[in-house]
Amino acid sequence: MQTLRESKVGTKVRVVKVGSTGSMKRRIMEMGITKGTELVVRKVAPLGDPIEITVRGYELSIRKADAELIEVE
Amino acid sequence: MSVTIALAGNPNSGKTTLFNSLTGSNQYVGNWPGVTVEKKEGKLRGNKDISIMDLPGIYSLSPYSLEEVVSRNYLIDERPDVIINIIDGTNIERNLFLTTQLTEIGIPVIIAVNMMDMVDKSGNKINAENLKKALGCDIVYISALKNTGVAELTELAIKAADGTKTIPQHSFSGSVEHTLAHIEEAVLHKLPEEQQRFYAIKLFERDAKIAEKLALTGEQIAHIEEDIKRREAELDDDSESIISAERYKYIDSIINDCLKVKNKGQLSISDKIDKIVTNRFLALPIFVLVMIIVYTVSVTTVGGWATDWANDGLFGDGFHLFGIENVWIPGIPVIVGDALEAIGCAEWLHGLIVDGIIGGVGAVLGFVPQILVLFIFLAFLEGCGYMARIAFILDRIFRKFGLSGKSFIPILIGTGCGVPGIMASRTIESDSDRKMTIMTTTFIPCAAKLPIIALIAGALFGGAWWVAPSAYFIGIAAILCSGVILKKTRMFTGDTLPFVMELPPYHFPTVGAILRSMWERGWSFIKKAGTIILLAVIFVWFTSNFGIEDGSFGMVDMDNSILAAFGNAIAWIFVPLGWGNWQAAVAAITGLIAKENVVGTFGVLFGFAEVAEDGAEVWTLLAASFTALSAYSFLIFNLLCAPCFAAIGAIRREMNNVRWFWFAIGYQTVFAYAVSLCVYQLGMLFTIGSFGIGTVFAFALTAFFIYMLVRKPKKNIRLGFGLKQEVNV
Repeated sequence: MQTLRESKVGTKVRVVKVGSTGSMKRRIMEMGITKGTELVVRKVAPLGDPIEITVRGYELSIRKADAELIEVE
Repeated sequence: MSVTIALAGNPNSGKTTLFNSLTGSNQYVGNWPGVTVEKKEGKLRGNKDISIMDLPGIYSLSPYSLEEVVSRNYLIDERPDVIINIIDGTNIERNLFLTTQLTEIGIPVIIAVNMMDMVDKSGNKINAENLKKALGCDIVYISALKNTGVAELTELAIKAADGTKTIPQHSFSGSVEHTLAHIEEAVLHKLPEEQQRFYAIKLFERDAKIAEKLALTGEQIAHIEEDIKRREAELDDDSESIISAERYKYIDSIINDCLKVKNKGQLSISDKIDKIVTNRFLALPIFVLVMIIVYTVSVTTVGGWATDWANDGLFGDGFHLFGIENVWIPGIPVIVGDALEAIGCAEWLHGLIVDGIIGGVGAVLGFVPQILVLFIFLAFLEGCGYMARIAFILDRIFRKFGLSGKSFIPILIGTGCGVPGIMASRTIESDSDRKMTIMTTTFIPCAAKLPIIALIAGALFGGAWWVAPSAYFIGIAAILCSGVILKKTRMFTGDTLPFVMELPPYHFPTVGAILRSMWERGWSFIKKAGTIILLAVIFVWFTSNFGIEDGSFGMVDMDNSILAAFGNAIAWIFVPLGWGNWQAAVAAITGLIAKENVVGTFGVLFGFAEVAEDGAEVWTLLAASFTALSAYSFLIFNLLCAPCFAAIGAIRREMNNVRWFWFAIGYQTVFAYAVSLCVYQLGMLFTIGSFGIGTVFAFALTAFFIYMLVRKPKKNIRLGFGLKQEVNV
């Protein structure tokens, strides 16, 4: 299964599942990353981490370690 | 009739700006998500009966962050008459997530759609009628910054306080609703009807804090737990996620009727700026350039000139007004000194006022211009949105050392003054990152430590250029090494919140907002000069001028003063660091009161009424009582040890926990002592080949230090005490 971490810059993906549990998962979902949401990977920070994505019309920065928890297609 | 209105909304939605325009009070405004952390209260401008409560910026009413807990406790315990939910019009979808939760509390909600000027500019259209229908509350378009729509908003809010009921329009899927109804019936039927839904949802989410608040019995919990488990099995997810997902599902179902988006896919101005500013190759050079500009202007050029004027002119001999040859304005010490002489004031009082108070407090106030210039820059960087990009760019580096990209802001502000720096750590959501930042921020030399650096560099190193940069280097190294060491201890493992950070669109902050921010922060520094430092200089002046001589108490020479006796008593502690003379010991103690006191104390102790900022008068005497190595060890100790009382107070406030507070202070002091000891003892060994018990200690400490740096984090190593509940590593 592909995760958000592996998604290429510029691609549009759809969330299949948010892994993890508890507060970690909840915070990711609260920011609007829920099943079925479309995400656009905007860019990678100059040092390779974190990444910037567009979710529900706004820009969000998320670390690769956290992006790995998000399964996409 | 008195009415209480609560302002609730996401971080960065403009709540604080709205609060200011409603109350007219001064408040700090920034473009950094999460700037408002305390709840602040004010009275509506022109109507004293109406109180406005500014709640912290939150994304949700979950129990995971301090801000969320503060906000929801206020809402469900104090039950304000109306909630104004402020929504960022440019980011409606995510903002509505909180709205769906606010409407469940059973308090009338009015929605203020903010930043309408930016929405109009983007060409997007918001349909207020449909939004109102979808959420069940009144909608007002406002621009808090331009103060439009605010009057209409207040009018509606006051009207809504008359018992209008907001009934949540969203519902969850059938089986979840069924379970919620069951929970209400089973354990919540005694509560007022409009409050039941909120509690039912929280219990469904297994919110332990709410279950505790309701004092549910184990039996009751077991009863509803059965039901929740059945729903989880049916929907194949945990109950918390079911609720969050369903909220967004509802928002998805209404958003197309409420928002028409134009320009899909087209680059906004903000995107274009970001293309350059966070570009793979340009980002770091641009960042370095920005920092160089901030530094040159605020520390060396404009800020430097202003500080020179304040120290040598205003609090010195005097100055030429606007640089005109013939207009000489005498400095405050001269004016006051002349006045005291004219009224025939006693010699000791003259000394206390002119040398003690004006000399001491003036030396501190001399930094104000420099600090204000720095704060203007920081307010601008925050206000325009670049600070969030700095965190984005630097996160990778800082995370390696147990900090987050957001730690950069407190450390940067800390170069001006540790107090606002420590306060700025509030924007860090992760608890362990925040505590780590609070503990390490003051390692970086603040503006008040610069005079100590100048003193040592001037007196012992002939003003060598490398002393000041080396102090910053040591500060940065101390932060990074502490991060690595502490991150491996049990207290700091088990981070539970992901690092998610909004990158707000760039915009020009208003001049008013920048000045307000500058003033708020500058004022906390000035207040410190007027209170703690004032007391400290009086204390130091008194204890260094009075003592017992020839069997009677009175004004004495410095060598017989109370302070000298105290310094002599504790000086042995610092012998292994190479500076066991009483003057240095006393100076380090007064440095706790305010770091810049170190210079002034040397001045007083070496018998000078007043010294320049860099203590040039005492250089020769200092050079006689220190070696280069012991002076450097003294410098390191003073840079790294517990900060001044004002900053210690800030640490205490932000840690909000006595044990954490003492751990932070203790760690800093022990760390400073160990580093100074190693530098001095090993330095002695390598320069003059002296070897003693101190050298052995230094080697042992160095070995321990290296071990702590490179060891693998282990489960069973615990530093400190049960500071945090056990978390699986």
